Amino acid sequence: MFVQILFYAFSAVLVAAALGVILSRNPVHSALSLVLAFFTSAALWLLIEVEFLAIVLVLVYVGAVMVLFLFVVMMLDINVEEVRSGFTRYAGLGALTALVVIAQMVSVYWVKGLGIDATQGAPPLPADYSNTRALGEVLYTQYVYPFELAAMLLLVAIVAAIALTMRRRPGLKAQDVAKQVAVRREDRVRIVKDVGKDGAA
Amino acid sequence: MSGLLELWGTLPAYAQATFWILVVTVALILSVAFTTLWERKVIGWMQLRKGPNRVGSIFGLLPGIFQPFADVIKLLLKEVVLPSKANKWLFRVAPAITLVPAFAAWAVMPLDPRLVIADIDAGLLYVLSLTSVGVYGIILAGWAANSKYAFLGAMRSAAQIVAYEIAMGFALVGVVMAAGTLNLGDIVRAQQGGVGDWFFIWLFPLFVVYLIAGVAETNRAPFDVAEGESEIVAGFHVEYSGIAFALFFLAEYANMILISALTAVFFLGGWLSPFEGILAADNPLAQPGFHWLFLKLFFFLTCFMWYRATFPRYRYDQIMRLGWKVLIPVTLVWIAVEALMVHYGIGPWSAN
Repeated sequence: MFVQILFYAFSAVLVAAALGVILSRNPVHSALSLVLAFFTSAALWLLIEVEFLAIVLVLVYVGAVMVLFLFVVMMLDINVEEVRSGFTRYAGLGALTALVVIAQMVSVYWVKGLGIDATQGAPPLPADYSNTRALGEVLYTQYVYPFELAAMLLLVAIVAAIALTMRRRPGLKAQDVAKQVAVRREDRVRIVKDVGKDGAA
Repeated sequence: MSGLLELWGTLPAYAQATFWILVVTVALILSVAFTTLWERKVIGWMQLRKGPNRVGSIFGLLPGIFQPFADVIKLLLKEVVLPSKANKWLFRVAPAITLVPAFAAWAVMPLDPRLVIADIDAGLLYVLSLTSVGVYGIILAGWAANSKYAFLGAMRSAAQIVAYEIAMGFALVGVVMAAGTLNLGDIVRAQQGGVGDWFFIWLFPLFVVYLIAGVAETNRAPFDVAEGESEIVAGFHVEYSGIAFALFFLAEYANMILISALTAVFFLGGWLSPFEGILAADNPLAQPGFHWLFLKLFFFLTCFMWYRATFPRYRYDQIMRLGWKVLIPVTLVWIAVEALMVHYGIGPWSAN
């Protein structure tokens, strides 16, 4: 009962946040609504006892991806008028996508009603069950090669992104730290004896 | 007394947890209050001053002991000014967003061999994810205030926190490899056996990286470019006054206490006694307990003040260079070294 109340409360917040993403006029508010949506999804995932995924969702999406996203949205001067003007052009495509999503959801519900539900609703797990450990055990034994491959792919993506965007511009006034560290006192300071008018020190 | 204990035993788990949450929260707020006083005193002594010594004393001892309360009352009575064209709602909510994670992270902190409010398996990830949420408060404060200085401070702070989070995360990967668990209580238990088995010896480079990243994450000197009073007035909280400013202040100090406690848990055996295995097992000094955690925490907290009184502020490009080009490579190398040590059974973790 308590879990159900929590579920509906979080779901309501999630739906409201999702609406906020597309309906708010200010792009920063949209990004913040997306943060709230991620957070409430994490709470919903906690309710079905997948605490590892829930925490990682907050860590990766809320803690890293959305921070940079917000960063960019704040820096860009987005013209809301221009973005809105495309509404009628893409309305048809949007409606089609929405229809497909609704059809998929209804079909899931319909299959459940037929009584051939393959999942049967997962049984509650024992209290000492750790899905962090379970995930780690599968990931680093059975699926270790795909896992390493995914890691390599990400590394290649990082290298490619840096290689594509980094270019040396002439006339850049960047500091060369190695040079700064290598500076000695003799290079910068010259002690001059103060000689007075009459030549005495 | 025994009647009370009996009553305590009959209370349901959520009531006990609520009680401990209240105790920890109140203790934290009081600690923050006295940390501000301790900081002013320590920096005062380092600079050959007396520090605050006017407000109250206990029978002539500890002059200035009630200074934090005077400050709080002063800030409470001041007006909270809303800048014109500020985003009112976000402006008000931003201090709370920085404050909540600093307190919520204590839920998984092992305070005592038996006392953890929530003993969860992914405790370390929980702490990391919560502390990464705190940056939103700073970004939003800077953006909502509709002020150039505040916005510059927020941008600096966001870049800095994102950069140092990576080094911090890698340092913690080393801790997880050594302990074989993400549960903070079990990380402490993995360091059992006296000072020699604490992780700071075997993971010394990671310990140093974590310390530096911790200072950077809390935006404290010498990494306080987010405030940088000589360049951008006071950074992200320029426009805040009264109790709204006090909330940022509270969050900064709560984060310092949190990072100090986490350093103690990850690298210095948390509540374990340093004399374990050196003194006889029934010696009271060899017993584990909250007091050891408190002493270690207090040491690191004082270090924060020491840094502030000692080091000049980093330049922004130096901060980025240190984070990306020094700390991250150091952690990567040491993780590889540690992997070899674990593989060949060198070190305290060879037993398990």
